[in-house]
Amino acid sequence: MKFTLSWLEDHLDTQASLAEIVDALTRVGLEVEGVEDPGAIYAGFVVGAVIEAKPHPNADRLRVCVVDAGAGPVQVVCGAPNARAGMKSVFSPVGTYIPGKKITLAKGVIRGVESHGMLCSAAELELSNDHDGIMELPDDAPVGVPYARFAGLDDPVIDVALTPNRPDATGVAGIARDLAAAGLGTLRTPGPETFAGAFDCPTAVRLDFAPADAHLCPAFALRLVRGVANGPSPEWMQKRLRAIGLRPISALVDITNYVTFDRGRPLHVFDLAKIRGDLTVRRARAGESVLALDGKTYALDESTVIIADADGVESIAGVMGGEHSGCDESTRDVLIESALWDPTNIAQTGRKLGIVTDARYRFERGVDPDFCVPGLDLATGLVLSICGGEPSRMIVAGDPTAPRRTIDFPYSEVKRLIGVDIPRAEGEAILARLGFGVEDGRVRVPSWRPDVQVKADVVEQIIRIAGLDRAPPAPLPRLDEGVAAPVLTLLQKRTRLAKRTLASLSLREAVTWSFIAKRAAELFGGGQPALALANPIAADLSDMRPSLVPGLVAAAERNARRALTDVALFEVGQIFLGPGDTDQRTAAAAVRRGLAKAGGEGRQWRGGGAVDAFDAKADAMALLAALGVAGAVQVVPGGPAFLHPGRSATLQFGPKTVVGWFGELHPSVCEALDAEGPIVAFELVLDAVPAPKARPTKARPRLERSDFMAVERDLAFVVDESVRAGDLLKAAQAAERALVADVGVFDVYQGKGLPEGKKSIAIAVTLQPRERTLTDTEIEAAVARIVAEVSRRTGATLRA
Amino acid sequence: MTDLAALKDETLAAVSGAPDEAALEAVRVAALGKKGAISALLATLGKLSPDERKTRGAEINALKDSVVEALAGRRAVLKQAALAARLAREALDMTLPTPAPGVETGRIHPISQVTEEIVAIFADLGFSVAEGPDIESDDFNFTRLNFPPGHPAREMHDTFFLQPDATGERKLLRTHTSPVQVRTMLAQKPPIRVICPGRTYRTDFDQTHTPMFHQVEGLVIDQSATLANLKWVLEEFCKAFFEVPKVGMRFRPSFFPFTSPSMEVDIQCRRSAGEIRFGEGEDWLEILGCGMVHPNVLTNCGIDPELYQGFAWGMGIDRVAMLKYGMPDLRDLFDADLRWINHYGFKPLDMPTLAGGLSG
Repeated sequence: MKFTLSWLEDHLDTQASLAEIVDALTRVGLEVEGVEDPGAIYAGFVVGAVIEAKPHPNADRLRVCVVDAGAGPVQVVCGAPNARAGMKSVFSPVGTYIPGKKITLAKGVIRGVESHGMLCSAAELELSNDHDGIMELPDDAPVGVPYARFAGLDDPVIDVALTPNRPDATGVAGIARDLAAAGLGTLRTPGPETFAGAFDCPTAVRLDFAPADAHLCPAFALRLVRGVANGPSPEWMQKRLRAIGLRPISALVDITNYVTFDRGRPLHVFDLAKIRGDLTVRRARAGESVLALDGKTYALDESTVIIADADGVESIAGVMGGEHSGCDESTRDVLIESALWDPTNIAQTGRKLGIVTDARYRFERGVDPDFCVPGLDLATGLVLSICGGEPSRMIVAGDPTAPRRTIDFPYSEVKRLIGVDIPRAEGEAILARLGFGVEDGRVRVPSWRPDVQVKADVVEQIIRIAGLDRAPPAPLPRLDEGVAAPVLTLLQKRTRLAKRTLASLSLREAVTWSFIAKRAAELFGGGQPALALANPIAADLSDMRPSLVPGLVAAAERNARRALTDVALFEVGQIFLGPGDTDQRTAAAAVRRGLAKAGGEGRQWRGGGAVDAFDAKADAMALLAALGVAGAVQVVPGGPAFLHPGRSATLQFGPKTVVGWFGELHPSVCEALDAEGPIVAFELVLDAVPAPKARPTKARPRLERSDFMAVERDLAFVVDESVRAGDLLKAAQAAERALVADVGVFDVYQGKGLPEGKKSIAIAVTLQPRERTLTDTEIEAAVARIVAEVSRRTGATLRA
Repeated sequence: MTDLAALKDETLAAVSGAPDEAALEAVRVAALGKKGAISALLATLGKLSPDERKTRGAEINALKDSVVEALAGRRAVLKQAALAARLAREALDMTLPTPAPGVETGRIHPISQVTEEIVAIFADLGFSVAEGPDIESDDFNFTRLNFPPGHPAREMHDTFFLQPDATGERKLLRTHTSPVQVRTMLAQKPPIRVICPGRTYRTDFDQTHTPMFHQVEGLVIDQSATLANLKWVLEEFCKAFFEVPKVGMRFRPSFFPFTSPSMEVDIQCRRSAGEIRFGEGEDWLEILGCGMVHPNVLTNCGIDPELYQGFAWGMGIDRVAMLKYGMPDLRDLFDADLRWINHYGFKPLDMPTLAGGLSG
């Protein structure tokens, strides 16, 4: 909402400075977004009198002028054909910035004659394109006065960001009312003159609605003014409209725009000559359309309210008029409409048709019903004074008188909500200045404040005008005395722990979009219609992600294309299995590509190399260990189809508790995601990871440590290459459950010296006696049992 | 007696001339071994008279002692030399670089870090952390929060919608974390003190808007929480979060459908040369919206507004993170550019605590 300072002063009698007004506006909740001083760009330009204009000694087309601009005579070389002694024009001294030329004026010597400034054309001030000669000012223009002030170009424009609850502030008068309530002056908005009219309006109005639809147009007031002359509107009106960014069109149209901004009361004018028969206000019919004032044709349906004559739709109610019946310079008889519309319906219509107008903006917020009829009189007065003519009697279809809302308002409510008392007399005076009626614990809400509905809203009026600084901060008492208790849930703690753990493995945390391309979602088990956005912002941000990995892969590829080819990224965030409340999960995932190993990135002189699926496994296992459940997890070879079938595994706690996977991404998936592989990744669903066993105390279980020396034995087995190390380790463990404290793989070999299709797996077995030292015989017996069990389960033979 | 002296000179010369331990051992054997020269001399003692034996024995033993001592001395010297030679052989180029460990190179995203900072502050004030789904119903995202259907206030939120389901219900991506407040109030009886951090979505994408962003909201409901308390909570938060002893705040009346009175809050700052300092200066920067919970919202969430009251606020996590840590462009937060993460991210062990200072 824009207005100028002088416009505000029409409604507010104030001594306050611009700065004070701007400050007060923001303080009462009418946030000032900007103040534009249009005079600023004309700084330096003053009214000057040309005292003398003689031919230039060295140039036929130049003149040497002496100018008085209030600071003594100045010599100026001027090329304008109209420069002559005795005239008044606009003078810019040396040092003035010339907007039309984008230069700052310097002292010049033109063909040997000094020039100390410039006489200016309208183009040089960017006032018009006229650069044929210097500007000619009236003879009584005061010499030395800044040109902007002389020409009225210095009226500051104030731009206020309105919140959608304040229809009253969509007019300058409403803004003045708030400022007056805040003590910045006295409201002086004139009440409009009323016009009885000497003849009947020739056009009748019918509100054609089913009873249930009556709210769509509570009232419609109409009057004819006949015999008008619709020329340009007066300069003062054009200047104000231009200042707030509106283009003056003709007096009748400008008057409707002016009243819209002056009072927040949109109007419409029809040219009577172009209206056939009476006006009907009704829902549009499917198939109807209208050519609107913006030159576009809109197809309408029953959801839209329109105004029609015998020929069809003439106007989209409350949103935009029709081109056909609009007023132009030939208009002689004008019908002026002031109506009330249903805010919700206007908002819907505007949205549906994609029309943004000043009328829609006001009607969808709620226009003051009590000003429906006075608004028509105000417009009538302006038309009569500017365009002449003779008004008819007013037709009012429907009923513009709305019942006034009253709210029970015990004054104690102020202290209850604010925490401090605002004296009752002060609070009630504020309400009165805002137009509220106050009596016996009740307030009557003015017709222009549909937003004030409950007690709290009344409190808000008092505190915003009294000033929010009236409530000094007061400590919020603690609910519990003493040390603050922990507040995080298990999942919240695990989410944090997962991030810190993965970061400590040299992974960088990324935050990627929750929505991804449909194709990517489908590859990772998502992409179902229920998770597709109806209005995605881009085609590749269309579906809620079923996995964090596609986003991470895309991020890795973006980095690779910036020549950052070693990428280790992780994300901990939401994934979506369905649209329901309980279908969201928190996942942790990481991708590595290139040489981005946890132990050191890039080429390392001590070794290193490309990442492989075991790097992804190490990440996943480290995370499970941090979560306290690594011991129980099962690693089952193979995983979802987006993984390399031979280099992937599923992580589970029993077949029904699958928690995630790790591995190398399938090459065709990388290709489909337009990413260069190999890329290794893991993903764990944190919600699915079992909770660690609850313990009654914080004490650790007793440490069991044996006094007897542990014995380590290395055993190399030859097995079929299809045998899995995991099975071999399990067999070794199972053979001597009580004795085997640890078993690990220290070598895997395949190739020369072994038969085709065989591999060697060497394991180290740690035997830990608990009760006494083992004899050699006992050790050998245990080892023999281990070898036998491994052979039985895997077909292994001990390597010679 | 010259035979002994000559033997001594000869043996000691051999000891000191032995180039390594093996040569020294050979000298020892030649002198003191079973068939060694000194051993042979000692064997002659038996044939001498007691008097002769006494003198001669003492002389030979003195010779033996001096040889033993010389051997030990030489052995120590040789051992030292051997060790020195080994160490010289073992020398490595210690200027070769070692790979940086993960705790040095890994990074926590600023959004995670700042969320933890915010939680640390509010946990100390007794707030717990509530979360809810990103895919929400229109009812929880709007209607219960006093956005009537069709109200222009809904236009303030550019909403992402999902496809309507079989029943015709059209879910949406939450435009704020306020639906978590609704869920909390429906599930929990007052007194309530929660913060609700999380992802939020609006169909906006330009220099200063991303279609996904992060918000933290707070909610206090009890029988006495006032606007004055709200101001205190926010002021304490801003001081703790920006880690300054005092902070200038400006409360401006504003409008949100779910609060009344409603306010926007600006924080005082000084901007110069791309740097921003809080608690001083002439500039005001908007950082959050807040207000007293609207009685309609309380009613919609099963809480009697005549008995209970409270306040709520909402703040952009991305925005305060950018302000605090001087990150210039919002869009970078979601681009996962390694150069950006390495620069603006936090090390894995940089854990924000109130005791140690949020940023260490």
